[in-house]
Amino acid sequence: MNQAVAAAPVAKRKPKETGVPDNKKYLHPVMAKNYGNWKYHDRPRPGVLHHVAHSGDEIWSVRAGTARQMDIFTIRKLCDIADKYAEGRVRFTIRSNIEFMVSDVSKVDPLIAELGKHGFPVGGTGNSITMIAHTQGWLHCDIPGTDASGVVKALMDELHHEFIREEMPNRVHLSTSCCEINCGGQADLAIIVQHTKPPVINHDLVANVCERPTVVARCPVAAIRPAMVNGKPSLEIDESKCMCCGACYPPCPPMQINDPENSKLAIWVGGKNSNARGKPTFMKMVASGLPNNAPRWPEVAAVVKNILTVYKEDARAWERLADWIDRIGWPRFFEKTGLPFTKYLIDDWRGSRANLNSSTHIRF
Amino acid sequence: MAKKMHDTPNLDQLEDGPWPSFVTGLKDLAKDKDYVVDLLGQLEESYKTKKGYWKGGTVGVFGYGGGVIPRFTELKNADGTPKFKDAAEFHTLRVMPPPGMHYDTDTLRQFCDIWEKHGSGLIAFHGQSGDIMFQGATTENVQKAFDEINEMGFDLGGAGPAVRTSMSCVGAARCEQSCYDEAQAHRAVLNTFLDDIHRPSLPYKVKFKFSGCPNDCMNSIQRSDIAVIGTWRDNIRTDEALAKKWFVKHGMDELVNDVVSRCPTKTFQVKEIGKLKKGEHISTVAVSDTHGVEINNQDCVRCMHCINVMTGALAPGEDKGATVLVGGKSHLKIGGLMGTVVMPFIKLDTEENVEKLVDFAQRHIDFFAENALEHERSGEMIERIGLSNYLDALEVDVDPAMVNSPRMNPYVRTDGWDNEVAKINAKKQA
Repeated sequence: MNQAVAAAPVAKRKPKETGVPDNKKYLHPVMAKNYGNWKYHDRPRPGVLHHVAHSGDEIWSVRAGTARQMDIFTIRKLCDIADKYAEGRVRFTIRSNIEFMVSDVSKVDPLIAELGKHGFPVGGTGNSITMIAHTQGWLHCDIPGTDASGVVKALMDELHHEFIREEMPNRVHLSTSCCEINCGGQADLAIIVQHTKPPVINHDLVANVCERPTVVARCPVAAIRPAMVNGKPSLEIDESKCMCCGACYPPCPPMQINDPENSKLAIWVGGKNSNARGKPTFMKMVASGLPNNAPRWPEVAAVVKNILTVYKEDARAWERLADWIDRIGWPRFFEKTGLPFTKYLIDDWRGSRANLNSSTHIRF
Repeated sequence: MAKKMHDTPNLDQLEDGPWPSFVTGLKDLAKDKDYVVDLLGQLEESYKTKKGYWKGGTVGVFGYGGGVIPRFTELKNADGTPKFKDAAEFHTLRVMPPPGMHYDTDTLRQFCDIWEKHGSGLIAFHGQSGDIMFQGATTENVQKAFDEINEMGFDLGGAGPAVRTSMSCVGAARCEQSCYDEAQAHRAVLNTFLDDIHRPSLPYKVKFKFSGCPNDCMNSIQRSDIAVIGTWRDNIRTDEALAKKWFVKHGMDELVNDVVSRCPTKTFQVKEIGKLKKGEHISTVAVSDTHGVEINNQDCVRCMHCINVMTGALAPGEDKGATVLVGGKSHLKIGGLMGTVVMPFIKLDTEENVEKLVDFAQRHIDFFAENALEHERSGEMIERIGLSNYLDALEVDVDPAMVNSPRMNPYVRTDGWDNEVAKINAKKQA
């Protein structure tokens, strides 16, 4: 045999560019039948939505929390439950809750019992604290300042009581993000990494790893410039300008922004995507400097629970966190929560003048 | 049986408590897979040192340029070998879900079987962009897993400077507030851009999201470059039986304090039955024998609040469609931006009308591809060039619904004013 003869090229499988699949075949039969013809819904108990169609058909959706990152045994268990009670159909919400649709009301209680038996909390509907939208963290991200699934697990253990009940003034959406890019998104309350020191540059690697003009262009405050360091082309940072956002780190990993001690966690409140009542709002930073204290982040949990407890006691029905603060004002928010209002909470970013008080409207 | 577990004292603490534990899930997988034993080893190290240890790279499937998120371990021994060698590669496949994230159990079981065979066994429902994330495969297994998932009728989503995977709400499938067929619009738009999803070549990412009503359950206004949010033009519909049922349960205090006083434009009024007005733009419904609700729909901004509180008693009108907003994004690089209105109303009730949305999306992507700077999102591009230049380029007529208020500063060259007025008048007469 002539070893030099190349093996016949293996025909590679071409992808089928099918795109987004049709969802019709996955719909529960009652949902397929009444597509676009629903009349109203109510919530017979926390975790259960009851929808009524114009045709008179009814469907009960039972919502349960998941870990989002699920092992196949857990997914198969959820499938077993769906096959037994929900005609083999499920759907997921944007917050990684799973929903089982049931067309026979007598199956609702046994389904809830079965979910409970297997450790899936039923809730997350209406004015509850629902599952936390989150990111990848140490498990899978290439630039994480902290974990995501772990923070969420620790917090949802603490907030479980509010997930399975509907006792908040209005719905509460939470998110966590393991860097300042904030993949977790806007929420009533968000926990986001806040770096406090400029990146530490490994000058030996920059020239080989980073496209330097791209990195220079990426900096929002023009604090990065090309430089020769120890005879090698590298980058340097004007540390008086740097606001430690970490934007340079993804395109240039030798500019390490994550720091076990100095990468802190900040709390943001008042984000709202819905147009209900007021227009959608971005959230605002109200606390920072919290330690990245794995595996259970108790300091973060304490601040989060404090804010949510004050909100629960003080807000009126239907007030989202942002609506509540609109009514009571920011000074009272800081007074009631006991959180310190520091100079770092005065915005100095583009468009920030809109966040200053240009009036004599002050609550005393 | 897999190899012996590493000690994970930190992660072990995430197995207690009432919420489902991903650590317990990983440990179950680790019983059979050395891969996950070592994944837990690396994750425990991150918990100890508070550092991440994954770096990106280049891994893909034949024919596509994106859709796989490569991860290689950076946690090495002194000799450069991976400290946890069985988890040295931990790539993720992003797979586009059906609109509304509906599944049957056969499909989910097939996903599990494929991922048990070729991957870690860990699947996330869903990522923040809406992808099903098959988390953890070696470079060698990525293609095998994709081939099987693709044969099931599922396709990879976007990554990098590409059109990204989209999300749509439960919508028409189960929600009475749905104002268009979200799934139809979602598929019509996304499946037009498969090349831009699978072969990243745009200046930066482009995201579409589809919400059936202004409650915007998909968070489209701040999470997508093009947000399609359902709305309606005619009057709020009413149902007297449900209105009376609501009132019996909730009473006058709640009607006044929770609904009337929370109407953002104060167009929602409660009146004695005899004083309720009638008119082309007015919705009325009795809540009791003595009192009723009156809404002047011309002053209603379709915020959804009264409909959310009194669902069924009040409902969106019948002349439904969507508002399209462009430019939503997160902080980098000029600060967070909400999408802003570029199409106050578009009908989406027929294939031809949905095609108009697709056409708009195509023109947006073409313009974005030509004019955005590298790593610049749509919202940043529009801020840089000004909304009116963007509208000119896309041949979209200006509309006062696009602004909170007209211009506040005089520094603008207006010598085209008469021409613009003439154009508007000509259009009115046409």
